[in-house]
Amino acid sequence: MSEPVILVEGLSKRFGPVIAVDELSFSAPGGTVIGLLGGNGAGKTTSIAMLLGLLIPTSGSIRILGEDMLKHRYRVLGRMNFSSPYVDLPRRLTPRQNLRVFATLYAVADPTRRIAELGEELALNEFIDRPCGSLSAGQKTRVALAKALLNRPELLLLDEPTASLDPDTADWVRHYLETFRKETGATILLASHNMAEVERLCSEVLMMRRGRVVDRGKPADLLRRYGRANLEEVFLDIARERGHGVAAPAEEAKPEAG
Amino acid sequence: MTLQDFALSPRRIGAILLRHLYVLRSSWPRLVEMAYWPTMQMIIWGFVSQFLYTQTSYVAQAFGVLMAGVMLWDVLFRGQLGFSLSFLEEMWAHNLANLYVSPLRPAEHIIALMAMSVVRTLIGVLPAAVLAILLYKFSIFDMGLPLLAFYVNLVMMAWGIGMLSTSLLMRYGLGAENLVWFIIFLLAPISAIYYPVTVLPAWLQPIAWCLPSTHVFEGMREVLFHQHFNLTLFWGAVGLNVIYILVGLGVYLIAFRSARERGALLQMGE
Repeated sequence: MSEPVILVEGLSKRFGPVIAVDELSFSAPGGTVIGLLGGNGAGKTTSIAMLLGLLIPTSGSIRILGEDMLKHRYRVLGRMNFSSPYVDLPRRLTPRQNLRVFATLYAVADPTRRIAELGEELALNEFIDRPCGSLSAGQKTRVALAKALLNRPELLLLDEPTASLDPDTADWVRHYLETFRKETGATILLASHNMAEVERLCSEVLMMRRGRVVDRGKPADLLRRYGRANLEEVFLDIARERGHGVAAPAEEAKPEAG
Repeated sequence: MTLQDFALSPRRIGAILLRHLYVLRSSWPRLVEMAYWPTMQMIIWGFVSQFLYTQTSYVAQAFGVLMAGVMLWDVLFRGQLGFSLSFLEEMWAHNLANLYVSPLRPAEHIIALMAMSVVRTLIGVLPAAVLAILLYKFSIFDMGLPLLAFYVNLVMMAWGIGMLSTSLLMRYGLGAENLVWFIIFLLAPISAIYYPVTVLPAWLQPIAWCLPSTHVFEGMREVLFHQHFNLTLFWGAVGLNVIYILVGLGVYLIAFRSARERGALLQMGE
């Protein structure tokens, strides 16, 4: 049996006395979509930052694509990618220029052709030569997604990929991600507090609350277990400490702002 | 860890350079601004020099000593600013996380910032140098090869200081932004730019000699006054610069690791 694309064991992050992520363990087999679901301060972004090597864990281990991320992250960073509404692309550069810079960083073969492909697939062409600072939220999200897909990642980490998008654009993005996963077999880790999104896209969900995984399972199993009609109700059960598998609360924490 | 983990890629360094050259290319006011202050300073000091030329024997010996000082000081100032501003632009753009989830190594980022500091000094100082020829018939290029030695030493010092000020940005975020602008001016009074180091109080002179810039400006005056390139001063500057760059690099890497421990790379920005 091949090694999972993501294998996380006992991952914790403390900021002083505050526990931001507490003993997170999970694995993601190739081609799956794993959802990290939780409210603000649940530890989703902190977990993703540790998986990306942006944040050094206090303890635990992370193996991605067979490599130890804490020791050899440069061996796999070129095979994965990331998108988040909290991270921007330079506003003065056009989408084409930004994509060219990142294509060079990721050693994308034939970047002109790849950018043209993504321009077509993500409908960027009408604004691809305008400064990113002048684009709408939906357009910026598509450009950020194009940057995340430039290197045809085997693992895609998405932090709230549809945050602040209108329902139409959000639906378009979800549909695109579904198609991308089916066509490429990529693994996706998705952090979200959008229940409908997680229910639609994810094969497994980790419910996080104040740094801890308080429940996990396939969306359908969670619904059955909690006797609820949708994940939003399950989420509320967990957030309000109803139902089962709920951990004791801990203090909220986020990575320090600069 | 293997050698592969430390391998530097000219392609990735080029990608960061490309990113900053796109910014420069997209904004002609930026280009004008970069050349504006060096040119203004050169014009003002050029006229002051012309006046002093008729008044004092000190300057009469070498008409260009003040103007050369102004231009070489700007190499140091622009060089440090060019390094730090290129890093600041990533903070303003909230782009550091995008860069550091790519295979870009910190050392490659530093090399790209060094290259950008060279680009920015050339854009800033070359127009002023050309204008000095047209206005005052003073060519800094008449110094010949020593000019290259002075330029290289000042740029190296700018990199060392740039790495230190960038480390402060990583540690304290945009709250330290103003430091980037004025940190170099703290060194100006003891760099002996416009006057010999002997003018300084005796207790301050040893401190002044710890700066590579002091060796450069003393060397510059020897060339202008005596047409002599002092190798002792040159190697003194080179030796100090090696120390500055190694210390700057060490502090940068510590600050980078600290930023990764605090999660600052993800959230650094406005």
